[in-house]
Amino acid sequence: MSNILDSKIPEGPIDQKWTKYKSSVALVNPANKRSIEIIVVGTGLAGASAAATLAEMGYKVKAFCFQDSPRRAHSIAAQGGINAAKNYQNDGDSVFRLFYDTIKGGDYRAREGNVHRLAEVSSSIIDQCVAQGVPFAREYGGMLSNRSFGGTQVQRTFYAAGQTGQQLLLGAYSALQRQVGMGNVTMHTRHEMMDVVTIDGKARGIIARDLVSGKLERHFGHAVVLATGGYGNVFFLSTNAMGSNVTAAWKAHKKGAFFGNPCFTQIHPTCIPVSGDHQSKLTLMSESLRNDGRIWVPARKEDAEAVRAGKLKPNDITEENRDYYLERRYPAFGNLVPRDVASRAAKERCDAGFGVNKTGQAVYLDYAAAIERYGKIEATKKNLNNPDKATLIVLGKAVVKEKYGNLFDMYEQITGVNPYNEPMQIYPAVHYTMGGLWVDYNLMTTVPGLYAIGEANFSDHGANRLGASALMQGLADGYFVLPYTIGAYLSTDIRTKAIPTDHEAFVEAENKVKAVIDHLINVKGTKSVDYFHKILGKIIWNECGMSRNAEALKKAISDVQALRAEFWSSVRVPGTADEFNTELEKAGRVADFLELGELMCKDALERNESCGGHFREEYQTEEGEALRDDENFSFVSAWELTGDNQWNLHKEELKYENIKIAARSYK
Amino acid sequence: MKITLKVWRQKNNAAKGQFETYKLDHVSEDMSFLEMFDVLNEQLINEGKEPVVFDHDCREGICGSCSMYINGRPHGPKNAVTTCQLHMRSFKDGDIIVVEPWRAAAFPVLKDLSVDRSSFDRIMSAGGFVSVNTGNAQDANNLPIGKEIADEAFSSAACIGCGACVAACKNASAMLFVSAKVSQLALLPQGQPEARKRVLAMVNQMDAEGFGACTNTGACSAECPKEISLSNIARMNREYLSAGIIAE
Repeated sequence: MSNILDSKIPEGPIDQKWTKYKSSVALVNPANKRSIEIIVVGTGLAGASAAATLAEMGYKVKAFCFQDSPRRAHSIAAQGGINAAKNYQNDGDSVFRLFYDTIKGGDYRAREGNVHRLAEVSSSIIDQCVAQGVPFAREYGGMLSNRSFGGTQVQRTFYAAGQTGQQLLLGAYSALQRQVGMGNVTMHTRHEMMDVVTIDGKARGIIARDLVSGKLERHFGHAVVLATGGYGNVFFLSTNAMGSNVTAAWKAHKKGAFFGNPCFTQIHPTCIPVSGDHQSKLTLMSESLRNDGRIWVPARKEDAEAVRAGKLKPNDITEENRDYYLERRYPAFGNLVPRDVASRAAKERCDAGFGVNKTGQAVYLDYAAAIERYGKIEATKKNLNNPDKATLIVLGKAVVKEKYGNLFDMYEQITGVNPYNEPMQIYPAVHYTMGGLWVDYNLMTTVPGLYAIGEANFSDHGANRLGASALMQGLADGYFVLPYTIGAYLSTDIRTKAIPTDHEAFVEAENKVKAVIDHLINVKGTKSVDYFHKILGKIIWNECGMSRNAEALKKAISDVQALRAEFWSSVRVPGTADEFNTELEKAGRVADFLELGELMCKDALERNESCGGHFREEYQTEEGEALRDDENFSFVSAWELTGDNQWNLHKEELKYENIKIAARSYK
Repeated sequence: MKITLKVWRQKNNAAKGQFETYKLDHVSEDMSFLEMFDVLNEQLINEGKEPVVFDHDCREGICGSCSMYINGRPHGPKNAVTTCQLHMRSFKDGDIIVVEPWRAAAFPVLKDLSVDRSSFDRIMSAGGFVSVNTGNAQDANNLPIGKEIADEAFSSAACIGCGACVAACKNASAMLFVSAKVSQLALLPQGQPEARKRVLAMVNQMDAEGFGACTNTGACSAECPKEISLSNIARMNREYLSAGIIAE
């Protein structure tokens, strides 16, 4: 085991680490802040909140996004909600419980220090967002409303209908645009980061490509912050946006930043199933639907077969012939088990022959019971005695519409089926990546001055993320953590003057980027970028998806290597480098996915245990539950690139001093 | 299905554009409109031609990137749906579909179907925010907000900033977009301290960007994929009027 990884967790009791750190961390005085430049790449929740906050503090910020506006980053699509340990529901929530749930939900593969800090700042996030005018859902008395999410037994999730990510991002975006208007942030939209520039081992800037003109640009920064999201699009089909990519993180990896836990990916249980080969992406149906919906498949195989053949409708299957398999297997948490557990259970039923759409790869998410239950509550409120069932259903549908209307509409739009009348069909899909750039307590990567925040880092979710925790982490990092921790580094850098971008390190980095672009354009092969991306996605989904085994992973590694070679010899990128060229953008991103895919499989192969989203078929209990190996695998994998697709594994041991590590049970 | 597409092609902002006709023979009704464009682009690449550039990202109807003007309507024939959520089952075999970019002086074409909507960002920078630095907030429940008000603010805040309202308007007015943000913050107590300054600054910036005037025809709201209500414009006019009277 190597000792070069220093997580820099402060000493002291868990609930005092962050408080003490904050009061003792070195500060940068206001006059010096004015001459310090910080580059922030990505403008999702983490990037926009960090850029805005750093600018408010007085730093000179340059922000970059590949979209045409910072408001379009994919955080916008998060539906369900954001967790915070407010205990507004008086149901026994606390910072410690949120900390505990997150560590347990992550299957004991996250750092205690980071997660406790996350739970501590969670309350301030809600306060900040409300102050910005984010219209969270409220009760009639004017107080904030909460709902429950998977993996918890309290109601701590704040939400804005099914558009929480949108409202939070628009809040962060408004803070960012305010700073842009004041001249404290220079915003570069339609720009993609192509490389990190390092000088004397420190991150000192980036090479960016103006996506409209195709021009390469050099930008200096005393520090560089990557807030560039996750790498779920390595699977081609995922719930990520079409443009979501690993390129910035991967270029950082190639410049010396270690990559943490690449095999920890989250397969979300409630997505609309795949309908055909033309499909370009998958659509999530918020986990909040599991609050009220019941998940089932037919209990009898002949019924499942009849449903698949179109001879039987779900509503015709009687109650005793339905298998509510989550409620059956996990009575304590029922339909609210964590995502990894729910996804695997769906796969298990479908693999056993009980799936319900044409492909056999779908289960039902049923709202009939919830509609009736809400109908009864409404009838009571309206003093209706003995209402008939039709009235109850009308009343109940209205409540469900208010809570989940936009999701139900979206489902109908995509599938052509009305989910108020017939159960929805769902199936797991790639949604989030817990892995990412390895960072220490300061959120700094192994490259000094290079930070990674939000989904781009690996830090807080262990092997499985709980619902409504991604928004929490993105905003925690951006509003409340990085703005403090970056001072620890910058306070030692106040004498560094802005480095002119004609410095040889910038020239060299730009030349390398240009060479790669020219190469891609000049292959002039026969196959489109999407052709390769689709094949890569299938390899990773089949061999490094919901369940994995050593043999398949070895095969996947050689398949990815072969595909990568073919890509570089036969990809066709039309057009030129000095114009708006969307195929060239895609080609660069897929080239990086083709390298990352290999590392994911390598990491999955190395981890001889099952934990969270990483399920190795060789390591399971008799009941088919994940079997962790704490003795040998209680560590973070941090991969160092040592040469062309050559890696060294470093291990950061995880210590649990405040939580008793146990088998994760939701039964 | 067989579909014929007439698509606006324009090399860059300076170039002159024209319609090109493309035929697609195997369109499935389960495809989204953009997935049909994926198929078209794959076909063009295989023929050695340049694919059509269009803006798109989340493909879930929330990021506001997609912006196609389809058969004379922003986001196509269905109400309350973005281009990415429009499915080919809304068309029939043999249809001819004309696809153009948003047309507005304040949204210059960058290439093909992609336009520059940064004017919206500049309007937001002029005043679409509450001036509260990180760390200044009180406990969230110290500020009770009635459910009706919160819900109304939310429905204004649901705007995705796609620009369909501008594309639909014969005057290319941005009133619906601007008024949605002004309304959200005017409805909420957090927005009060800066309410007057905000509406004046945002409207000034809107005018400076070259958007047209509003003549209350309501095409913006009728075509809005998020059904942002016309009453936002009424509220903004009231805010603007009173701000103008009260301002020193």
